[in-house]
Amino acid sequence: MTASRKILLFGGLTLAAFGMLYGLQYALFQEHQTLDQMGGALAQSFAAAASREVAQSQSALLRYGETKYDYVRQVDAHSHWIGLAMLLIVLGVVFHRVNFTEQIRQLVAFCLLAGSVLFPLAVILQTYHHGALLYKALAVIGPALVIAALVAACWGFTRAGAPAKY
Amino acid sequence: MGARRLYIFGGIALIAAGLLFGDIFAVFILHQNAGRQGQALMNACRAIAAGNPVAVNDLFTHLGDLLEDRGTKVDAHVHMIDAGYLALLLALVQPYVALSQSAKKTMALLFIAGGVLLPVGIFLIHYVGLSYSPFPVIGWASVLADSAGAMLIAVLVGQAWGFWKYLQTRELAEPELPKEDSMACRALLAGGTILVLLGFLHGAYYAGIFLYEHEQMETAILQRMINASTQGNLDLAASEVNNFGNLAGARAVNLAAHSHIIEFGLLAMLLSFVQPFVFLSEKWKRAWVKMLLGGSVILPVFVLLELKIGLLAGGIADIGGLMVLVALTGMLVGILRYSGKLDAASAEAAQ
Repeated sequence: MTASRKILLFGGLTLAAFGMLYGLQYALFQEHQTLDQMGGALAQSFAAAASREVAQSQSALLRYGETKYDYVRQVDAHSHWIGLAMLLIVLGVVFHRVNFTEQIRQLVAFCLLAGSVLFPLAVILQTYHHGALLYKALAVIGPALVIAALVAACWGFTRAGAPAKY
Repeated sequence: MGARRLYIFGGIALIAAGLLFGDIFAVFILHQNAGRQGQALMNACRAIAAGNPVAVNDLFTHLGDLLEDRGTKVDAHVHMIDAGYLALLLALVQPYVALSQSAKKTMALLFIAGGVLLPVGIFLIHYVGLSYSPFPVIGWASVLADSAGAMLIAVLVGQAWGFWKYLQTRELAEPELPKEDSMACRALLAGGTILVLLGFLHGAYYAGIFLYEHEQMETAILQRMINASTQGNLDLAASEVNNFGNLAGARAVNLAAHSHIIEFGLLAMLLSFVQPFVFLSEKWKRAWVKMLLGGSVILPVFVLLELKIGLLAGGIADIGGLMVLVALTGMLVGILRYSGKLDAASAEAAQ
């Protein structure tokens, strides 16, 4: 098995397992509490408005917005880690058909893996520091790496020539 | 039918059933549910205007019920399709699972059973609730779904054990899938990769341009809705409820387009590996591949256009889903017609 395929297959399997474990711990220890907080904050905001308690209503609505910001990112990170891992595994099965030298294939595989790890990680880090520019930048760099590597893989698939050693 | 063919047949059948359920959900439930959510939100605005916090709480309980109704159906659709993907992936790795043929076949049957029972359990959660349950917060449908999930995990652990045994000897348990280089295989592989790439580009575009803006808009709209209701201006509140629905719609179609195009891309790539098991003439294989790739483009594109064209686009998107479904069914027929040549080779290798 070539090194580029090993990067994709073992990286993908590890990332999938990590993404599932992360989702499991989130579902067991945080998700229900977060959903309760989110729904409760919105209901409280409306109920406080009905009681004409404006300040309490606004603070509950703010809490709803912040909780939802975190919840969406936690779920997105979990699903993107697993989804990207599946893509890495599938590409790993056929990566010998990418008609580049093994060195270039390794570089493409590494970019795919690095971007797949980095992107959801940056999304999760945003929940600790809302709006932090560094994490927003990392959340852009991650997908950019994956997209660039995928374009390269597409190009490699379409290039003429005999497939590399399996 | 050997373990590998069971995974392929069961995987494609699960994906086809998940797609059919998704189509039925989109046509008969999705829009109606969204309408009822809007109505519940409007009633909450009326309760605010009337100064009735008790009614507000009751309405939010009802709203939670509507969200559970929608959420469990989306989850059933997603889990059934994902179990299908996993089954196809497991079919690919069977040569590297060093277990007896009968153990592998039993595991495959358990996996397919788990893949069916998991979404059925999730679907029933909303209807069964806590009826006759001995647990304070977990109903029987959740128990069914969790047990099915545990079956899937147990099979995966078994597969990992078989893979560990393979690593000790490095001897293939059965022949690898033949490396077919037909037009159908190449089109599925290249088309799938392009679909995944398009999905990534769309996701990056949406996240870069709209994600943060939409998040800020949501709380701003809710604030204006509450303020208008407090002042008794129900016309303005109704307009904000409408804005809230439009925003939710915009987010939903973008997320649906993003996830569907990537999932169809992955599906196409996975199907390219299992073409040697599809016993059809090259002409029919090509026809199904064209239909699958066509539907995979039509569905997400017209889901996105729902915002501009409305229900007409939704109908065309459903037809796209149906095209993928028909293509998968065509391939399933090919797998059923398959004589078991590769299964026989696997059995010989095992002996």
